[in-house]
Amino acid sequence: MTSPLPLGGPAGERPLTVTELATLAKEVLESAVPPVWVVGEVSGFRKHANGHWFFTLKDAGAKLNCVMWRADAARASAPPQEGMQLFARGSLSLYPPWGETRFMVRDLLATMEGGLQAALLERARASLEKDGLFALERKRPLPPFPRVIGVVTSPSGAVWRDIVAVVGRRWPSVELVLIGAKVQGEDAPADLRRALALADRLETLDVLIVGRGGGSKEDLWAFNDEGVARAVAASRVPVISAVGHEGDVSLTDLVADARAATPSAAAEKAVPDRVELLHRLDVLRGSLASGATRRVALVGEQLRHAATRMARSCERITDRGTGRLRDARTRMGLAAERMVEARRAEVARLAGQLDALSPLRVLERGYAVARDADGRVLRRTADLPPGLGFRLRVVDGEVRARSEGTP
Amino acid sequence: MSAPSLQEDLARLDAIVRALEANDLDLDKALALFEEGVDRLRTARERLSVAELRLTQLREAADGSVRVDDLAG
Repeated sequence: MTSPLPLGGPAGERPLTVTELATLAKEVLESAVPPVWVVGEVSGFRKHANGHWFFTLKDAGAKLNCVMWRADAARASAPPQEGMQLFARGSLSLYPPWGETRFMVRDLLATMEGGLQAALLERARASLEKDGLFALERKRPLPPFPRVIGVVTSPSGAVWRDIVAVVGRRWPSVELVLIGAKVQGEDAPADLRRALALADRLETLDVLIVGRGGGSKEDLWAFNDEGVARAVAASRVPVISAVGHEGDVSLTDLVADARAATPSAAAEKAVPDRVELLHRLDVLRGSLASGATRRVALVGEQLRHAATRMARSCERITDRGTGRLRDARTRMGLAAERMVEARRAEVARLAGQLDALSPLRVLERGYAVARDADGRVLRRTADLPPGLGFRLRVVDGEVRARSEGTP
Repeated sequence: MSAPSLQEDLARLDAIVRALEANDLDLDKALALFEEGVDRLRTARERLSVAELRLTQLREAADGSVRVDDLAG
């Protein structure tokens, strides 16, 4: 070098110290290179006593010193082996005390395939997220009573069988449509996209289940395909994703309207339970009967009051008046009684229909219910003394009867 | 298929029960509602007793149209 001494710093006033320059280099490196995935061959692995890992990644043209801090190393499945191809994700830095450029590793993937997939997955996830496809407000509610349920899965797998079994048990009044697709292997993503597009053409479809059974992480790869995820997000009907792994969430799971841990759980989400609904109908039946009975009792009460008042005013008149008025008084009283009676009979008739709806359908089996004039059920011989008139409710109506006492 | 009407039946039954419980209807209206409720209950129960799981398969035919074929259970 021929330039005159001293050589200046950026401002030219004084030379930089080594530390200053190294620190500057560190800052430049860290800000210029974002976190990246690097692939290379492992050499010189050693584990420090404090738990940090040190190794070198190299290829034909270069080598890179790598450090993996203890916390990150603890998440790696196993220490890398000498000579193995490795994917490492991390960021570039410089360690001033040693004047050494280092790659600070956060994640390691031991297979070429796994590493590529992880890199692709990250890109796909970022792209889907950017388009808002994971947003909760995108998620559509599932139809409460679907009629046609599509299932995109392998025709030979257990998924279809499980879903048929669960739906058959809970809600057997639907059509289950199998839309067969390959769910693993290289051409699975394209085939899944085809199946999803086909499902979209079925106009009667109400809801769609997309799924496969358990498998290794690699087996689920097709459900991490960006195109498959976009096809799920674009589905005309709500989609339930059942990619079958607790804890392991696929991109398909993230874009679907609902997610289930297993195909059986997806089927349970897709249809209501018939037994639960029958119970709900029973509850409604009870409320209906008590509501109507109360209403009629109230009116009966009002009519009786009115009749009493009328009778009283009639009495006042007839005390002074004629037999005709007395007669009218009696007739009015009777008419009021008849009105209440007619209402009561109507409710009794309808309540009879409610009974006929009972799951037991006891009457249909040839049993009858005996009631007195007030509708009380007569259960024992003591309730039926000789000569007592009562009503007998049979399956299609009521008859009047009279007790002749015990045989 | 009748499933959407089941949904309607349930919604209507809920409304009828609420109306009856409110006690502010005249009697004829209340009885008419009650009768309708009994009717809706019966049809809902009938709908629930239909147990006909149909299994089909969706395919694309050679001419590009979609075809639904019955599958053996």
